[in-house]
Amino acid sequence: MIATENLENLLLEISIRYGYDFTQYSRASLQRRVASFVAKERIHNFAELRHRIMNDGHYFTLFVEEVTVNVTEMFRDANFYKALRSTVLPVLATYPFIRIWHAGCSTGEEVYSMAILLKEAGLLQKSLLYATDINQTVVEKARSGLFSMQTMQQNSENYIKAGGQGEFSAYYSANYNLARFDESLSSRMVFSTHNLVSDASFNEFQLILCRNVLIYFDKDLQNKVLETMDKSLDSLGFLALGSKESIRFSPIDKQYIQIDNKEKIWRKTI
Amino acid sequence: MAQNDLNKVPQLIIIGGSSGSLEATFAILSVLKPSFELPIVLILHRNNVADNGLVNLLSMKTHLQVKEADEKDQIEPGWLYIAPPDYHLLLETDGSISLDASEKVHYSRPSIDVSFETAAVAYGKDLYAILLSGANADGAQGLARIKENGGTVIVQDPKEAFVPYMPEKAMELITVDYVLDAANIAALLNELTS
Repeated sequence: MIATENLENLLLEISIRYGYDFTQYSRASLQRRVASFVAKERIHNFAELRHRIMNDGHYFTLFVEEVTVNVTEMFRDANFYKALRSTVLPVLATYPFIRIWHAGCSTGEEVYSMAILLKEAGLLQKSLLYATDINQTVVEKARSGLFSMQTMQQNSENYIKAGGQGEFSAYYSANYNLARFDESLSSRMVFSTHNLVSDASFNEFQLILCRNVLIYFDKDLQNKVLETMDKSLDSLGFLALGSKESIRFSPIDKQYIQIDNKEKIWRKTI
Repeated sequence: MAQNDLNKVPQLIIIGGSSGSLEATFAILSVLKPSFELPIVLILHRNNVADNGLVNLLSMKTHLQVKEADEKDQIEPGWLYIAPPDYHLLLETDGSISLDASEKVHYSRPSIDVSFETAAVAYGKDLYAILLSGANADGAQGLARIKENGGTVIVQDPKEAFVPYMPEKAMELITVDYVLDAANIAALLNELTS
């Protein structure tokens, strides 16, 4: 456990030295992640932690990997994907070209799920999926299209629950303990690092997914990120958040209506 | 209640339980006095399907207002907050709730340890924690942290618990303040506000 004051100072120093601003992250979760990093790395005291982070860029990268949460599954929340399939895709189908942004894509499971959804709707060929994350290592992992075979059982069950129309195993080839996903899926994906805290919007999208990212931010930062996404969304575009996240009480709320009162999907009205 | 105990009225009650804990939760909540207004946070292991079943069930058993916690909820008196399925629930020092979708702990999300450990830091001695029936070691470590930070820890009597493993695990790890059956846990809580 790092003393609160020490952690606050470290976050400020990191922000100045590396340009990664964690000062508006929810504290209880961040404290817990840092404590687990300290235990895992067998760091003895705060001075040692500070010294290693501030003097070694590679070590800082490792720190970012540990303190940002990268837990994800394919087709997580079956009902969410059903709502995408039944409500959002028919609208996207009317566009000549579809641009989708996965903000905070982690290791890419959600991007591949979306590509499968688009393929089954016959829309993949006219779609581009932009996938970004603050953490360079997970972006590279996502780009590889390789996933552990151990997770395929769960992913396959999720796919079926989400109303999948084919055989899930048809989308990958098993190679020892790795599942390599089909290139027809990854050829429609563009991966890059992007920091939601500091980087601006970078395109116009018809659908933005940012799920279980805002929960780690304080209210001000949530509002700032929502405004960035609002600027990146076409008129009448869709914004999808995690099941416990909301745009209620945010400055962009007025320009959006929730399309499905259970799933967290909003449509821009202007 | 003794005079010098008055400043021991906690700001938060936190309850954790796994298999067999729902009955005990009902037994406790249903006999809380109408004047009992301390906020309660409840962490129950359950399946990952989001529905309002548990909120409705608990609402029938207590005068407290019941809700599944949303992120950034500010904890208020008179309310019972339930950890949502598939998220850890964390307590912040500013009296709000955070949610976290990180790795499972003891194969569980929500994990009782995660909530207990963050509550220990946020509430210190102003916390009563109760660990109920369960077939899992989740919660023991969290109770230890609460104890270290001056909070009061209570476990359901293993003799009464539907599955005694969870309270027993905690008793192996630390000296708990009270070992009580559900009826006496409720009586203890009622005393806090008398």
